[in-house]
Amino acid sequence: MKKAKKAPKTQPETAKVSGTAASSIKKWLDFDLDIDSLPVPPPRESAEDDGGDETPLLSRIPKSAPRFVYTALAAICSIVLTATLILTVEGMPRYGEDQDYMDTVTYEYITHGMEYTGAVNIVAGIILEYRAFDTLGESFVLFCAVTCVLVLLRADSADSMPEDVVFRDLSHDAILRRTVLAIVPLVFMFGVYVLLNGHLSPGGGFSGGAVIGAGLVMVSVAYGGDVSGRIVSERVFKIVTTCALSFYCLGKSYTFFTGANGLHSIVGNGTPGNILSAGLILPLNVAVGMVVACTVYGIYRMFDKRSF
Amino acid sequence: MEFIRNFPFFSVAVFLFSAVICSVLKPRAARIWTVAAETAVLAFSACVLYYTWSTGEFFRYNMGHFDAPWSNQLRAGVLEGVAATGFSLILLLSHIGGMRYVNADIENKKQSAYCTLLNLIGAALMALAYTNDLFTGYVFLEIMTLSSCGILMIRRAGRTALAATRYMVINLLGSGLFLLGTCLFYGITGHLLMEYIGAGVATLDATGDYAVPLTVTIGLVCAGLAIKAGLFPFHTWMPDTYGTATPTSSAVLSGIVSKGYIFLLVKIMYRVAGVNTEAMTAARHILYVFGILGIILGSVWAMRSAYLNRMIAFSSAAQIGYIFVGIGLGGTAGFTAALFQLIAHGLTKPLLFLSGARLAESSGDSQYFADLQGAAHRNRAAGAAFTVAALSMVGIPLLAGFPVKLYFAIASVQHGILVDAVTLLTLAVSTLLNALYFIRTAIRIYTPSVRPAEKNESQVVIDKKSDPGLAVAAVGFALAIVSLGVFPGSLSSLITTGLSMFA
Repeated sequence: MKKAKKAPKTQPETAKVSGTAASSIKKWLDFDLDIDSLPVPPPRESAEDDGGDETPLLSRIPKSAPRFVYTALAAICSIVLTATLILTVEGMPRYGEDQDYMDTVTYEYITHGMEYTGAVNIVAGIILEYRAFDTLGESFVLFCAVTCVLVLLRADSADSMPEDVVFRDLSHDAILRRTVLAIVPLVFMFGVYVLLNGHLSPGGGFSGGAVIGAGLVMVSVAYGGDVSGRIVSERVFKIVTTCALSFYCLGKSYTFFTGANGLHSIVGNGTPGNILSAGLILPLNVAVGMVVACTVYGIYRMFDKRSF
Repeated sequence: MEFIRNFPFFSVAVFLFSAVICSVLKPRAARIWTVAAETAVLAFSACVLYYTWSTGEFFRYNMGHFDAPWSNQLRAGVLEGVAATGFSLILLLSHIGGMRYVNADIENKKQSAYCTLLNLIGAALMALAYTNDLFTGYVFLEIMTLSSCGILMIRRAGRTALAATRYMVINLLGSGLFLLGTCLFYGITGHLLMEYIGAGVATLDATGDYAVPLTVTIGLVCAGLAIKAGLFPFHTWMPDTYGTATPTSSAVLSGIVSKGYIFLLVKIMYRVAGVNTEAMTAARHILYVFGILGIILGSVWAMRSAYLNRMIAFSSAAQIGYIFVGIGLGGTAGFTAALFQLIAHGLTKPLLFLSGARLAESSGDSQYFADLQGAAHRNRAAGAAFTVAALSMVGIPLLAGFPVKLYFAIASVQHGILVDAVTLLTLAVSTLLNALYFIRTAIRIYTPSVRPAEKNESQVVIDKKSDPGLAVAAVGFALAIVSLGVFPGSLSSLITTGLSMFA
């Protein structure tokens, strides 16, 4: 349908190359027609910019006003979507509105969560016991992200960092160094606390790991990659990530396997409230925390210096 | 509980664990480990398929010590078994077949990372095939999106970064819409397990409560997954993406990644939102229209492509259109046609990419049709493999593409004169267009080369580099295509049984 509009533009050129349309079709089928000389498919150079003529729809917009049309279309789409979503929210159940069938799951979590999982922090119980498979997936999302960043940014032999890219080097700033020196021990301690108390109080692997990762980034900013590299070198990064994820994968697989097969699990729940309680939640929080810390730090290093 | 019921979970866990292991292995070891993992999962999936088919029952698998609806759950029936077997077979063959190109295209240091990403894609596909939980579906959808970007951009060549970015943007748009939909489903039903949402939606549909949120939710989920699968007009990332990635990546992305999203969509239609609720019927009709447009326009763009990869990529847009037409037609016949096409296209497209890459390699690494002339004489095996796949795409009898078109024609005749006419006409036009560009390509690669460089030489230069991996993969794919074409009834009866278990 849109092709028809295209035809007048290309027809004269086609005709120049190979006579009438009918004969060029015949030639096309007999491959006497040199495809490269045809005007319709873009030559290699014009293919470089944006897919050329073959990119449908957008390229059909007249060249004089593409940005405007694009912006207008984008605005219309956004407005329509926003309006629809607002309308939807308006129709959603009100907060706290009584709908018995909607509360079955949450009610169970709140009333029996602590008893069944041993975690005082119900959220930790939900994400690491009830819905542990999702959380296993989430930690692999992080692993996947850091793998992709390594693949994309890792400086390799072929292309090193371009010379003209200069990052602001803050590692000689005295004020920054002193401040970081004063803060970082507290940051690490807080991170470890959040990590280890994830089953007792708000926090857990993801938040604690993010705090520790932020601490590592601070060290790296203030003292340079050499110093932070002594804490987390590439070797340490790999060992920690691999061990933590393997532990998570195998440990949780054990729970899933025993649970699904109705076997007795050797992991007990302990007394809720004790530091050593809630079964696998504590070690899993530590494992998740390490993965998160390494991911945060690793991604920062890749964006900063493209190496550890 | 029989031990075999653990296999769906093992399929996911094996891939996840081997992803971690591969990240620290040396490239060679990582390759061997990954192929072993893929083979193991293929065996697991085949066992699950056989088990569910022979017992005639599906089973659920609680992920942990808690019963539904408190915890995550997997579910395996015949259809899940078919999908898992198909996905793992295609993953294994694509990986083996393109291994030599992976070694050439990707820096040695990053090969372990490539294996890690392939494992993650495998894990995500298995999880999407088996999950009974909508949010688990979302989590593994994210893993699949990220790792597919990874296997795209890992090859540092020309436009890959641009292609990967474009792919990422469109895919994240799809993920975002799907996540919104998932949240809204939770908001109006209070559950994340598919059966429980399904029951809630059925009640809401009957009573008419929350009609607006329900409609919007279904629209968001369908739109999100259709965008991710590359339905017209969101297919614009395909040519660059498939054209610039290493052949294994193209094969995996076109063969199974986009199919994984569609399988999840079918699952949601049957088990969550209900195929025939009012909103879903409307959504399916919209998908039908875009499917029809995609079939025609994809073929038209494919005809205008100047080089091979791009043509194959645009033909993917058309083939994805078929699947959505089947979904739009609905009913057992429509969904059977759609799912048959899902498997048949998944087996055919990787073979096109892999053998196409081989043909291009023997033509001086050029994908241009002009250079490809006579390629099949330079490399007979690759030429034969390409021809089998191309003829299957056209829909020649005895190959997988023929029953697809037959099933679509059968499915269309139950829907009144207009739909019937439009579908049949589209099928006819699309077959004609497919035949034009695929058979023309097949003829071109079999026409002796007349390039000036070779005019002086009396004989065709035969490409003698051996590639046992590609040979194994090509034979595997070709056998699968032919057996699907000769015995289509076996797969379609499995699908029909599976669909009846789905409901």
